[in-house]
Amino acid sequence: MSSGEFASAGADLELVGIQKRFPGFTAIEHLDLKIPAGSFFALLGPSGCGKTTTLRLVAGLEEPTAGRILIGGTDVTNQKSFQRPVNTVFQSYALFPHMTVLENVAFGLRRRRIGDPVAKAHEALRLVELDHLASRRPQQLSGGQQQRVALARAIVNRPALLLLDEPLGALDLKLRRQMQLELKTIQEEVGLTFLHVTHDQEEAMTMADTVAVMNKGRIEQMGAPEELYELPRTAFVANFLGQSNLFTGPVVGSTSEAISVDVAGQKVVVPAARAHRHTGEVTIGVRPEKLTLHLTEPVDDVARNVMGPGHVVDVSFSGVSTQYIVEVPGIGNLIVFAQNMAFGPVAHEGSEVWMSWNIEHGFGLEDDASAEPRFEADDTTRSIATQKRSSLLTELEGA
Amino acid sequence: MAFAAFSAGTTGTEAAPRRKSPIALLLLLPGILYLVLFFLAPLVSLLLTSFQAPSGFGDVGQYSYAFRWENYVEVITAYWPHIMRSFGYALIATVLALVFSYPLAYFIGVKARAWPLLQSLMLVLVIAPFFISFLLRTLAWKQLLSDESFVITSLKALSLIAPDAYFTGTPVAVIFGLTYNFIPFMTLPLYTTLERLDLRYLEAGSDLYARPFDVFRKITIPLSMPGIVAGTLLTFIPAAGDYINASRDFLGGPDTQMIGNVIEANFLVLQNYPAAAALSIILMSVILVIVSIYVKRSGTEELL
Repeated sequence: MSSGEFASAGADLELVGIQKRFPGFTAIEHLDLKIPAGSFFALLGPSGCGKTTTLRLVAGLEEPTAGRILIGGTDVTNQKSFQRPVNTVFQSYALFPHMTVLENVAFGLRRRRIGDPVAKAHEALRLVELDHLASRRPQQLSGGQQQRVALARAIVNRPALLLLDEPLGALDLKLRRQMQLELKTIQEEVGLTFLHVTHDQEEAMTMADTVAVMNKGRIEQMGAPEELYELPRTAFVANFLGQSNLFTGPVVGSTSEAISVDVAGQKVVVPAARAHRHTGEVTIGVRPEKLTLHLTEPVDDVARNVMGPGHVVDVSFSGVSTQYIVEVPGIGNLIVFAQNMAFGPVAHEGSEVWMSWNIEHGFGLEDDASAEPRFEADDTTRSIATQKRSSLLTELEGA
Repeated sequence: MAFAAFSAGTTGTEAAPRRKSPIALLLLLPGILYLVLFFLAPLVSLLLTSFQAPSGFGDVGQYSYAFRWENYVEVITAYWPHIMRSFGYALIATVLALVFSYPLAYFIGVKARAWPLLQSLMLVLVIAPFFISFLLRTLAWKQLLSDESFVITSLKALSLIAPDAYFTGTPVAVIFGLTYNFIPFMTLPLYTTLERLDLRYLEAGSDLYARPFDVFRKITIPLSMPGIVAGTLLTFIPAAGDYINASRDFLGGPDTQMIGNVIEANFLVLQNYPAAAALSIILMSVILVIVSIYVKRSGTEELL
């Protein structure tokens, strides 16, 4: 659809066996992905995980080393970026400084010789509520306004697929919320397929229907935001998407209903349906807000796991909730988010506390417990550097 | 003002001095004095000379102050072809220099970004001719292109040019010389803008359905306008007043005389100082008018 008409609706995007190597490193190992038409899909991951490369491959700004890209069933792998029915909202916005806002928005329409570009550009600018600034230059607008112009410039072309490359990264929190809402509204109004790349887990979760968590050039887990949050499959997802308390230990008993794990002498029960591994060493976890803090040892309850006693080492009050860090001997530090139902924090630094949670809230990870670091998040600078180094070494050995 | 166009190499966002300090004025003083002494005073003198009339009983070359505006009418009538030729040659040489320099500057500034060493090497090669006096270089070209030279005889032997063809003394030789001598002045400002060209704009253009040629025409060219304006001005202005290339001692002939040659002849040979001065003023004014229109029309204000 290089010229003439608009896409009638959003289209599927399918990536088949995509691999992308740059001189010296592999950005994407092997990627298979299918995004259904009309959905809002978020690709979430730390910097350097290959998400922006994926986006650029779809936009046609990079060529894959291997694999195929299909948009609406058509193979576009060999098409140049200007031939693809795809538009991008760039992280830097990349608004042409030598053109007015209106000319920026009309640019794509004029290139495709679509009738009445000026009226259509005005219409798109009205959609983002910036029509009154049509004759300004982009550099005379604020960051949020520029972002909306970039959005208008992309959606005015009615692409089958709209790519968003961390477009909200440069905005402050309030503007960000506002833009998230606007993006979501526009997506529902125009019915396009959105592919949103971000490192902001909150943004991905609030906006997308489906989130794919990407790490080291492959997708760790994909699903609805609630599903990903409540039932993470790997330690990376558990730590990148919100925070998690993770424990490692051998399975000491299992029934069809539940497995019980020995965590440094304390028995923790996880529903079998929520655990990926049922034997041997396993990693299990629970979200910090699912934990209840007790100042006295709680009475035994078959429906609840109990851990403790431990000592509060840090209390940070954040208004809605309070975050406690509790050190449990032999296990490590646990994070507890407690809603502030009473005034101020209920436990103080040094207090002896117990924690309990509903058995139903635990989850068991798929990772090999012995291979993964126990409580270390995967997105720290050091672990990224270590990963880079080891991947470079394998690369060198292979060459 | 037109001169702002020369500042293409610097960013436009530099903060203006916030307060006037006596030190700033003191530092400005030498520059102001220099300009007054060596630019303003000669300019006034030139203007006055251009209206001088021959002294009643004086020798050749003796003039007294008057308001003889007929000087202008006379020189324009007498040297009309030379004036037109000057701007014609300068225009052709500027366009040719732009055509040669743009790809070169694009290669150095954009394609060679990943290899800074290559970039520096190529820049040195662009500047290298400056290490030799341009008189010498132009004389060397005269030798190379003379009728008995290896280049011309070889071309004749290969029947690529007619046996009675000659090169020196023709307009082609003069325009060639002008183009050759001013290419670095075109390449360097082009390089400074292209070196800072944000390639993300080009990607955005391609993403918005622009074919490579459209990206070049609609994005690359407009964004490099400051360099184009600075380069063309740095080429066109000196080329229009040049008197070396067109001189009979170098690449020119009797039919290729430019306004610079006429001024030189009037000043040094004919000792007709008012005519030379009037021609200089005309040259200067025409250039100023052309440059102002050009800068205004090219609309580069917000890119500077």
